[in-house]
Amino acid sequence: MKPALNEIWVYLSASPLLHLTLTVCAYLLGDWLFRRSGRKAIFNPVLLAVMTLVALLAMTGTPYPTYFAGAQFVHFLLGPATVALAVPLYFNFSKLRSLLMPLSVGLFVGSVTAALSAVGIAKLLNASTGTTLALAPKSVTAPVAMGIVEKLGGPPSLAAILVVSTGIVGAAIAPALLDWLKVRDPAIRGFAIGTTSHGIGTARAFQESEEAGAFAGLAMGLNALLSSLLLPVLLYAIGLV
Amino acid sequence: MLQSFAVLLVFQLAGEAGTQALDLAVPGPVVGMALLFTAIALRPGIGHALRASAGGLLQHLSVLFVPAGVGVMLHAARIREEWLTIVLAVVIGAIVTLVVTALTIRALSDRMPAKPVEAEEE
Repeated sequence: MKPALNEIWVYLSASPLLHLTLTVCAYLLGDWLFRRSGRKAIFNPVLLAVMTLVALLAMTGTPYPTYFAGAQFVHFLLGPATVALAVPLYFNFSKLRSLLMPLSVGLFVGSVTAALSAVGIAKLLNASTGTTLALAPKSVTAPVAMGIVEKLGGPPSLAAILVVSTGIVGAAIAPALLDWLKVRDPAIRGFAIGTTSHGIGTARAFQESEEAGAFAGLAMGLNALLSSLLLPVLLYAIGLV
Repeated sequence: MLQSFAVLLVFQLAGEAGTQALDLAVPGPVVGMALLFTAIALRPGIGHALRASAGGLLQHLSVLFVPAGVGVMLHAARIREEWLTIVLAVVIGAIVTLVVTALTIRALSDRMPAKPVEAEEE
């Protein structure tokens, strides 16, 4: 006797395979739409994938832990991917030497500005401590930002959402804003985009030029390293943790 | 491919062990990245061996953010309550950071004396 459709669903929805497959397919769909749109920042593939999956989970009444049991296999790769950032960092290191001092100072100032502007606005508007903590590393690439917030006792999953949002916003406004400021050097443009909006900004910078992309990736890696050392100290100094 | 994956995992593991042992506030994978960078600087051959696989993994970096992003559903109540703060902090924060970083670097690089271009580069 053939099992009813309902039974097949009950079986599949309990297996990690379903949500792993949905995660990858939702991303591919988002990426396809992004390409079709002519790579418009608002059609960010991560944003589209998240919206699709949240709608699906809401419709089927699936709780997040059930979803994550499958999605964790993708999530887990954030660790090795962070380690892998060392490779492009090494291969672009020679380009950095001529601009070493300005970029180092820019990275430090940018990193502190990113954290203090977010925390300052949150404090001004009386945000909860959890939200304020999760906002602090919003310019840092997601795996590192989540690690920082987790260590500080904040909600890492909220941090991830804020990181992705910052990436999308930064990638959308950066080209026009930098044009308006008459910042034309691709190295400086890329480095500023990478410092502000990590991997999503880096993808955007690669569309401008290879040099901008390389410097954005460099800024993302260095900001990850600097922020994980600096943020706990900075937040302690302003009395947040 | 599998060897590259093993190298990345070994460095991540070393990073995690290091942060646990020294009780550092730095996430383990970041320490792993620093250790791998040091290793490649000492033996560039490691970097060349990893280049293709690392590039492949980083090219699909975005998809790795999706499971965490779906976690937004856990925070629906908080976001409903604090959406204005979140939107303002994200948008204004991004604008300020971008402007400050770009202008700082430009101001400092303008002030630097023009260096002669080095003849050879590896």
